[in-house]
Amino acid sequence: MQIAIASGKGGTGKTTISTALAYYSSRFQPTALLDCDVEEPDANLLLKINVENTYPVNVLIPQVDMDVCTGCGKCQKACQYNAMVLIKAKPLLLPELCHSCGGCYLACPERAIKEVSRPIGNIEIGNNNNLFYAAGILNIGEHIATPLIDEVKKEHRHASVRIIDAPPGSSCSVIHAMEHSDFVILVAEPTPFGLHDVSLAYHVAKSLSIQCGIVINNMVEEYEPLLTFIHNENIPLLATIPHDINIAKSTTHDNLIDYLISHYSQHIQKIYEFCTNRVLL
Amino acid sequence: MKPLIQQLAIVSGKGGTGKTSIAASLAKLAKKRIAVDCDVDASNMPIILPHTIIEEIPFFGEKKAFITEQCRGCGDCVIYCRFNAIKDFYTVEPMLCEGCAVCAMMCPHEAINMVDHQSGTLVVAQADSQPFLFAKMGIGEGNSGKLVTELRQKAKSIADEQDYDVIIIDGPPGIGCPVIASITGTSHVLIVTEPTIAGIHDLERIIQLTQHFRIQASVCINKCDISEQNTTLITDICNKYHIPIIGLIPYDKDFVKAQIAGKTVVEYSSGTAAKEIIKLWDTMQSILHAALIQNQND
Repeated sequence: MQIAIASGKGGTGKTTISTALAYYSSRFQPTALLDCDVEEPDANLLLKINVENTYPVNVLIPQVDMDVCTGCGKCQKACQYNAMVLIKAKPLLLPELCHSCGGCYLACPERAIKEVSRPIGNIEIGNNNNLFYAAGILNIGEHIATPLIDEVKKEHRHASVRIIDAPPGSSCSVIHAMEHSDFVILVAEPTPFGLHDVSLAYHVAKSLSIQCGIVINNMVEEYEPLLTFIHNENIPLLATIPHDINIAKSTTHDNLIDYLISHYSQHIQKIYEFCTNRVLL
Repeated sequence: MKPLIQQLAIVSGKGGTGKTSIAASLAKLAKKRIAVDCDVDASNMPIILPHTIIEEIPFFGEKKAFITEQCRGCGDCVIYCRFNAIKDFYTVEPMLCEGCAVCAMMCPHEAINMVDHQSGTLVVAQADSQPFLFAKMGIGEGNSGKLVTELRQKAKSIADEQDYDVIIIDGPPGIGCPVIASITGTSHVLIVTEPTIAGIHDLERIIQLTQHFRIQASVCINKCDISEQNTTLITDICNKYHIPIIGLIPYDKDFVKAQIAGKTVVEYSSGTAAKEIIKLWDTMQSILHAALIQNQND
């Protein structure tokens, strides 16, 4: 079973809920928490799992053999991303723009291009009994995160429950994080920003034909338009977690998971049971 | 010669620190400004900046492959596509197609066309009788970096025609492609952080990003009173990277109330947080002014 946690908006509590859910689920079966917010991976700040292994993730980029290159420019024409520029009839690669499609390599009539590896980030993995952890960490200055997200998702395939902490937004990174999940938990803040962005995340899940449930987090006051949205779209409301300054404060210390499990065990249990029932049915 | 317009980007690394509330407040306080919402994935500035739309421009991202009836089912495209975008029976999954055109190049029957694909809309509007630009990105589209670049070019072309002091850019969370597109070539970056462990962790990564691209930055700590201990830690990090802290904004429920009222914090409230934002803008104006003078001397 694979569950993705998404929200559209940042800072609504995705990571808090993903980690608490993973922690809870690991009491019953091997559970993996896969941190796919590779631009700002924060899950292990809460889980505190000992990292046992770190390895780089590479993408392929072209390398031109200048002795063989005739400067015909076919590689530049083939590249749709302007990653290959011609300067004085010699190709020059702008590696951050390269999508590793292999177009230039295939287009070169002289076979002057070979593909070599370039690191874009790292994956760290570890586990604590039944709780398995993997996260992608994008290198500073890298533009493209999706190959790293795909690699994180290859970790801990044996776990019976795999929980994916998705990045904010609604673009390609979110698609890569969500795809092949059995269920998506949307974490919404009861505010205009929260509603606007969660509806985007909801439509991403819908376009991938994945069922959703919603958790209202950080609730100060009821926000009627959010409830109307949930009602109109017929999304199951799994839990409502009140605004609790201690949650914000706890994140400032190291005991958030303990705090959540002791104060919000009913909420987390409800979310967990809904997911397991829904997916098993 | 007309002086180069100053560009200020507001970013955070971590989401939900108050970037948009603060950026929109600065846009409200600035006299001659262009406001640009570059968080094209989840654009929220329009919610609190009442505006009238002047022009909507379709945005075409990368093209998408389309397999025509000429296809004889040889399967070469499936082998060459590295994005797993071509499914059985030769249809293209548009969400996975990155427009590389390798399939079209390699198809022996010339059965694949690359077709234009509108992935969003660029909106030119007016808020407070001043230009306000934002975008609507299609669900699950790639290319948000390119859309950000087009938004900023449009803002620049408006600035070239008329006299404005500053372009205020509300950036997306994270450190990837749309963030890089939002900060490159700006005069200054304001990082909005919060004193939580995730906030601190993400702050360090976004500072490193600004230094990677050699852009001057300063920090504003929002909700600074929720943890004194972590506010001290943030101060230590900023000292380590030689980044000044120019704003300390206390936790204030008026942020959410202003949002619900469809207003910026500085309009809605006269509380401490609103006053701190006004102070922040004063400091920011001197920073931008100093950057302008330095630019002219260089």
